[in-house]
Amino acid sequence: MRVYDVQLQSRLFLGTAQYPSPAVLREAVKQSGSEVVTVSLRRESAGKQLGQSFWSLIQKMNVRVLPNTAGCHSVGEAVTTAHMAREIFQTDWIKLEVIGESDTLCPDIFGLVEAAKILTNDGFKVFPYTTEDLVVADRLLSVGCEVLMPWGAPIGTGRGLNNPYGLRTLRAHFPDVPMIVDAGIGAPSHACLALELGYDAVLINTAVASAGDPVAMARAFAMAVEAGTKAYKADPMEQRDMAVPSTPVLGKGDLL
Amino acid sequence: MHVTILGAGVVGLTTATELVERGCKVDLVDLAAQPGPHACSWHAGGMLAPWCEGEIAEQPVVRLGCEALDWWDQRVHGVVKQGTLVVAANRDTAELRRFSRRTEHHELLDAQAIGMLEPALDGRFHKAMHFPHEGHLDPRLALHVLVQKLAERGVNIRRAARDAAPGFKGTIIDARGFSARDTLADLRGVKGEMIVLRSDDISLSRPVRLLHPRFPAYVVPRGDGLFMMGATQVESEDRSRITARGMCDLINAAYSINPAFAEAEIVETGCDIRPAFPDNLPRIVRLDGRFFINGLYRHGFLLAPGLARLMADFLLAPHTINDADRVFLTEAQHENTPQRANA
Repeated sequence: MRVYDVQLQSRLFLGTAQYPSPAVLREAVKQSGSEVVTVSLRRESAGKQLGQSFWSLIQKMNVRVLPNTAGCHSVGEAVTTAHMAREIFQTDWIKLEVIGESDTLCPDIFGLVEAAKILTNDGFKVFPYTTEDLVVADRLLSVGCEVLMPWGAPIGTGRGLNNPYGLRTLRAHFPDVPMIVDAGIGAPSHACLALELGYDAVLINTAVASAGDPVAMARAFAMAVEAGTKAYKADPMEQRDMAVPSTPVLGKGDLL
Repeated sequence: MHVTILGAGVVGLTTATELVERGCKVDLVDLAAQPGPHACSWHAGGMLAPWCEGEIAEQPVVRLGCEALDWWDQRVHGVVKQGTLVVAANRDTAELRRFSRRTEHHELLDAQAIGMLEPALDGRFHKAMHFPHEGHLDPRLALHVLVQKLAERGVNIRRAARDAAPGFKGTIIDARGFSARDTLADLRGVKGEMIVLRSDDISLSRPVRLLHPRFPAYVVPRGDGLFMMGATQVESEDRSRITARGMCDLINAAYSINPAFAEAEIVETGCDIRPAFPDNLPRIVRLDGRFFINGLYRHGFLLAPGLARLMADFLLAPHTINDADRVFLTEAQHENTPQRANA
């Protein structure tokens, strides 16, 4: 897949929060085959030396970093955080989250479009965390986003793809836009389904980090993503109502 | 054998105690000449809860932690052996299920049993877990008692910085926590924040851990109406301030354990950074002829006794060390890359 002129082999993006230890995170990233990891920036860590150890551990993983604006509830906060992230992580990539509701962490789609516009004008390459809403997707593209990250389900819930119909429709409307299902994926089967629907990639954090064995789970997700990708390319059969025997009656040998 | 220990935090004091008890001559030096807020153990919870920690911590931590309760109980008064209670809001019972799958030596309690065990929580939770074999202590009292007992044996803490090294006698054991970052390059700091509340309306007999999808926290009763709430966990090395967010999270957790905490007095806020290696496991590192005991992360009081015992074994009876303990011993060739000795 190609995002913002960068060619990626892996279709699995991995979040870096909540792992039992940085050593487990490093091994999980390795086993997942991910080339991109997201890193969140707490503004209190934005000083000079703060959180530097954790950051240098991530740098050693040799993966591309996608900073995010997790936890930002307003356009101003998100824009400020994006600028700090660009300075600290030395990248113009930003996963833009503007949270609209604190219980479901539902994206504030109005604020999202506004912040995306400001940031693309500032030269950022924005990865907006959005819903499956077609109109919002269209607005995000029109302000300069070249990637969309619709949710599967609310962040951290592990509920999978809540609205497969909506996600299928979104995919069909914008066939050429790279799209990554972000948030809500709880099991490898959910990730596989997203890829089968034609999504380009998935972003996973909690489902790997909070598994009993995050490293094994990272590998399981890598396999699921590979299965989903291959299945999509192989043109899966359509569902139908009528049963069709897989062994035809015609042509059977006569056993008299 | 003559040993000089740098640092009078929980690691320095337990190691000094263990070595003195086993016949060593010990010099103990510290920046402030006494335990205090310059050491992160000053801000610790003091939970002796190896089974609960097993939810995330690896098996060697659980095993080593099992030595802690008896070690402290034999040396310090005020160790409480009433277990740990683990609760979750009724909508978060999935958190309890996960926790119980990943831990051992616990029993499941229903609402009635919770109320009988901890009357202050009666009617607040439908389900909980009790870890009956765990305990807790008051960290500052425990450190104080160790200092006193060492003084009775003639070990007084000398005020000195690390620069005074040429004057140190015998084998040097560095127990300076995060300050040893000047030598141990892969040590990192993980910030933690805590508060102490006072409430005469609530009485708890044991630490209560609140599982929550976003803000897990615990409260440890300290007696006299005092309760310590901890602890946030942030990949940051800023020990200078507690943030509004950190405090807000802790107070919210206290409030959801018992709303009467809303009226509690805020007695103290504190923050510090826990020293940790990349795998969050503790190590005894030998480097340039001196030993470092470090990386106890959020398990200072839980792991210090076992590491002190292991340090003493290493110096006095190395042939008795078993393979399970050997995983904590590492040999470092040069300053930047400690390697596991058995790897």
